[in-house]
Amino acid sequence: MKPAAFDYLRPSTVEEACQYLQEYGEEGKLIAGGQSLVPILNMRLSTPECLIDISGLEELKYIREEGDWLHIGALTRQRDVERSALVREKTPLLAEALPYIGHMQTRNRGTFGGSLVHADPTAEIPLSLLALQAAVVIQSAEEIRAVDVEDFFITYLTTDLMPNEILREVKIPTRHIPKGYSFQEYSRKHGDFALVSAACVLDVDEQERIASVRLTLGGVDAVPVLAREVEGLILGEKLTDSLLLEASRAAAADIDPEGDLHASREYRLHLAQVFAARVLETAYHRAVLGKGSAT
Amino acid sequence: MQVKREERYSLRLQVNGKRYEEQVEPRKLLSDFLREDCGLTGTHVGCEHGVCGACTVLVDGRAVRSCLILAIQAEGADITTVEGLAKDGKPHPLQEAFSECHALQCGFCTPGILMSSVEFLQTHADPGKEEIADMLSGHLCRCTGYKGIVEAVQQVADRRKEGEVRESGDPVSICSRTTPTV
Repeated sequence: MKPAAFDYLRPSTVEEACQYLQEYGEEGKLIAGGQSLVPILNMRLSTPECLIDISGLEELKYIREEGDWLHIGALTRQRDVERSALVREKTPLLAEALPYIGHMQTRNRGTFGGSLVHADPTAEIPLSLLALQAAVVIQSAEEIRAVDVEDFFITYLTTDLMPNEILREVKIPTRHIPKGYSFQEYSRKHGDFALVSAACVLDVDEQERIASVRLTLGGVDAVPVLAREVEGLILGEKLTDSLLLEASRAAAADIDPEGDLHASREYRLHLAQVFAARVLETAYHRAVLGKGSAT
Repeated sequence: MQVKREERYSLRLQVNGKRYEEQVEPRKLLSDFLREDCGLTGTHVGCEHGVCGACTVLVDGRAVRSCLILAIQAEGADITTVEGLAKDGKPHPLQEAFSECHALQCGFCTPGILMSSVEFLQTHADPGKEEIADMLSGHLCRCTGYKGIVEAVQQVADRRKEGEVRESGDPVSICSRTTPTV
């Protein structure tokens, strides 16, 4: 299994990369860490005419906080995000989700932005960023624009990114860091694509009533899903066992997964409900425990 | 920089401390480059899509799949393969421990596991069994059942902690497994 032949371009700036994309159009494909793309090339599921290698663009490798946002450059290695103290402090949900991605050996190479633009519906980074209400910054030869992650995913492996555009960075709001968070997923063995994954961020008030919540589910549709019903159901309430059951049922009622070789539709629905309950419960307990500490 | 598909690019990088300059097609994988152009066949090629871990090498000190990197992307990199582990004819402490703990049978997966373990031990001073198992989840071994591998990695970590990593091979300890304890 070897890739088909392609022309190779290595730009030294983002602007140069954008020019190449403009020039080659659909024929040009960006490669960064290559942990999703190279298997596809090796199996010849895709045979692009030209690869534009942006993996060396240092200007897109950073994790920094500016104002009320945490900025993560698209080419930052997943492993660097995983080990970042700033990420752990500002977005503990992301820090919890990252070790589920592939293996240490692929996270060493795979980029944060690469996982996002690949847009696998079971991927951990898209699911977490949807829960965290993040935004992405996109650049082309003509403009730089920002899109909410909520509007970024279109369908399987398809995003709002145009063929002439590059993902520059991800912005995660940090004005208010939820005390409650949880990321959990089920896969047949560690490192496999998840059958179902779930992420939750949640806060409680002084009386331990839920003040805010976002619950997202992966592997249950063509894109990561925000379980909106849950919010209306549990806001202002304490999370009792009966409410937890009702909320997880509501989360699973929202979705319409497809069955495939790996799991039937019924099994995915079952897992979605189980994992919705698990992340809600964990996030709630963490929020209750954390409400006394700091602000 | 621009290389046409039919062209060969003069690729420079460093493997196990030695400089190489070879003519490569842009589509050549790093795993094939190491085996075919550098003649370093210790790096094994299994699944060629990043699942089995047999081709794992260190690129600038980090364990990565060499079948998921184009050789041309590794320009200027400092690469370590399994051939770079032994020093002056003496096996690396991990290689010794693998031998002692019977952590290999057919040996196909071993080079990759050794390379991951090198990086793992540099970043984990006192690893638990679960952490070792997590690191090994990126490697398929169909012979050993992993138990010996976990023990070997644990053994090196323990010896490092106690500051008694031996620098040379010890033929007696290699046989110790087959000798029943009295």
